[in-house]
Amino acid sequence: MRAIASQADFLTALARILPAGAILARREDTAPYECDGLTAYRESPLCVVLPDTRAQIEAILKLCHAQGVPIVARGAGTGLSGGALPHPRGVSLSLAKFNRILKVDPLGCTAVVESGVRNLAISEAAAQFGLYYAPDPSSQLACTIGGNVAENAGGVHCLKYGLTVHNVLGVTGFMANGESIEFGSAALDAAGLDLLSTVVGSEGMLAIATEVTVRLIPLPQVARCIMASYADVESAGAAVASIIASGIIPAGLELMDKRMTAAAEAFVQAGYDLEAAAILLCESDGTEIEVEEEIGRMIAVLRESGATQIEVSTSEVQRLRFWSGRKNAFPASGGISPDYMCMDSTIPRKRLAQMLRAIEGMEQKYGLGCVNVFHAGDGNLHPLILYDASDPEQRRRCELFGADILETSVRMGGTVTGEHGVGVEKLNSMCVQFSGAEREQFMRLKAAFDPAGLLNPGKVIPSLQRCAEYGKMHVHHGMLPFPELPRF
Amino acid sequence: MRSGDPELSRLVERVQSARAGHIALDIQGGGSKHFYAELPRGEPLDMRPLAGISSYEPSELVVTARAGTTLAELEAVLAERGQCLAFEPPRWAPGCTVGGMIAAGLSGPSRASAGAVRDFTLGLTLLNGYGEVLTFGGQVMKNVAGYDVSRLVTGSWGVLGAICEVSIKVLPMRPAVATLGFSLDESTALARLLTWGARPLPLHASAWLDGRLTVRLAGASAAVEQAGKELCAAVPGGELLGPQAASQWWDSIRDQHHPFFALTAAERARGECLWRLSVPSTSPPLALAGRQLIEWGGALRWWRTEAPAAVMRAAAADAGGHATLVRAAEKRAGAFAPLGASAMRIHRGLKAAFDPAGIFNPGRLYAGL
Repeated sequence: MRAIASQADFLTALARILPAGAILARREDTAPYECDGLTAYRESPLCVVLPDTRAQIEAILKLCHAQGVPIVARGAGTGLSGGALPHPRGVSLSLAKFNRILKVDPLGCTAVVESGVRNLAISEAAAQFGLYYAPDPSSQLACTIGGNVAENAGGVHCLKYGLTVHNVLGVTGFMANGESIEFGSAALDAAGLDLLSTVVGSEGMLAIATEVTVRLIPLPQVARCIMASYADVESAGAAVASIIASGIIPAGLELMDKRMTAAAEAFVQAGYDLEAAAILLCESDGTEIEVEEEIGRMIAVLRESGATQIEVSTSEVQRLRFWSGRKNAFPASGGISPDYMCMDSTIPRKRLAQMLRAIEGMEQKYGLGCVNVFHAGDGNLHPLILYDASDPEQRRRCELFGADILETSVRMGGTVTGEHGVGVEKLNSMCVQFSGAEREQFMRLKAAFDPAGLLNPGKVIPSLQRCAEYGKMHVHHGMLPFPELPRF
Repeated sequence: MRSGDPELSRLVERVQSARAGHIALDIQGGGSKHFYAELPRGEPLDMRPLAGISSYEPSELVVTARAGTTLAELEAVLAERGQCLAFEPPRWAPGCTVGGMIAAGLSGPSRASAGAVRDFTLGLTLLNGYGEVLTFGGQVMKNVAGYDVSRLVTGSWGVLGAICEVSIKVLPMRPAVATLGFSLDESTALARLLTWGARPLPLHASAWLDGRLTVRLAGASAAVEQAGKELCAAVPGGELLGPQAASQWWDSIRDQHHPFFALTAAERARGECLWRLSVPSTSPPLALAGRQLIEWGGALRWWRTEAPAAVMRAAAADAGGHATLVRAAEKRAGAFAPLGASAMRIHRGLKAAFDPAGIFNPGRLYAGL
């Protein structure tokens, strides 16, 4: 911190910008902001601010910039990698009051919304025009579009409709120094380098978003979902590859293993086959005639790949029931274990079965259970490691288990995070996926946007020192230090 | 990318000595886009020896190719397995390469429905201005580890470094395609495209020129057939084009060998230019002098005009978009729309972050980059 005299002086300066009640500085008031969806990491911020105008945000950023105070932007706090974990000397900037839908353009199929608008609220506002916003992370009821932009959020339908980056046209906001900035435009491209693509998924490290222009797409006339059971995970994994190889891009293609199915069934009674080693949910959407044709082709491929039971939804109620278990997989896991840690790596689809077997081995090795739910169509894994956070020993083993999954994913040609972001959780794993030169390039990129390094410091890109220490720790635990990982 | 590759080592050495000697490098593939952007300058850095498809797994929907691979080769290999580059990159000359396709970031007629090049860029290997070979992104569909450098480099016109290898998401070809033709004036055509675009129809591409709108439908055969009948009936005189005529027409738009895109020496000499205006699809007809070709459901408007650059830039900006000067006798007005001060500062910072000595394609995108 450069010029700051004291916390009290800083809060006094903030009070000139914001009304009373929009600044939370007492420990009991900031407690709800100590963590995001990754509750294992907690930190108390210097203060939390809740601005509701752009002018206030600009003034807050300028004040912080002048005094060298870190800024951590925050939406609904549903992130799963600790991206919104407060900085002990920083301001947590809540965008909760930026919750207005500014415009829905039914003709141009776009909407302009403030960054604190909830994901699902966009689709609800667009529904009257027969349109919706496609990316649908499981937390869509609560998570905000600003958070989705920060994490490049996906969801169960992104196989066909893309991630946040494919569905956002523009982002308006501020640079770290309080300068107003616009990335992208209302057109399909913008002049110059594609800064919009860089800002999407940058986890609050490059800029603060206040408004987002999203692309809306016509609601499909009909959607139907197939639930297919498999007697072993290998054939379920092979079925996923066969579907894609046959030229079909399903609207959703998800895999759950037996224990996940049991937990979800107990939680929401979705009607899952509890005898199956794995079940696939495979969805088709479009016009009546398209869906009928595609469902037929899907069933043929699933049968051929050894499905033991196939059920096709015949009503919207039934389709939503099939999905209810999948969408509640995380809370359902909370019902079978005191705590769980959700991993998020992505691997080539053909490795799914191999990965499930590897995870079984790790359960033995680390003495902890793991239930599996995958965005199988994209190869995006969400193994949920079950543990008790109140037991430090279990917590330690859980972290090693998680790191093992991530590093196995990198060895299989994948990545340590598919949609949840690096945050603080996967900093060590970034040392494994990227070389020192690549990480330094990331840091220089960050400096081009935020030379003072005030936006979300300490997240996403690990320091060289941290990686050096992590390398030593690996040797200490008797694992490979991975000096020559296959690059991809 | 294998680090011991002799072609790659040769490139790394070239870059290191260029950096030491402050020598500008003009990154070259097939040279098909020399006319586009600002004038290239510097010693040629030929990427074509770095060629070949490194891996292709149809069931993973991913192909990885080295920069010098020709687009013709890549598309032929994909077609053998019934797959394609869904964004239909332009092929302005036979030798155009994969590296050039990514560096230019240009997409073809299907862009409005299928997405742009950057939407399909999954990862790439970049030779930066430090002479370092760096890999970002990967071969998987979902990847948020680190900043999305692959997409930043897509459309960067080589100013951040030389693209060595790229992984691209591919898609199955659509089972059925049909092209419809309608006689409609500009404002009616634009209105129709918007109305159709807001409905769940298998619209794939559109082009309007000289009072004639062509629309391509693509998707499941039943859906294409149904939509074709409905749209033909909706506009008097609507007709289905024969497959050969249709494919020739779309190729002439995609690859720009349609005479609309060509300027003779005489036309250039009298100040006629080709402009590309990227605007919101809802923009009303632009009141400009000249001849126009409209793509992307109204979001891309090509103009042949003698109108001054300031007029074209203002028209695009007023509509909420931007104008690129594509073909002209000279481009003193700048090929690309000027950036605001904040955006330019970020651009300069990024240039310094990737290429501090300023050796790669200097000035190709903007002066000073």
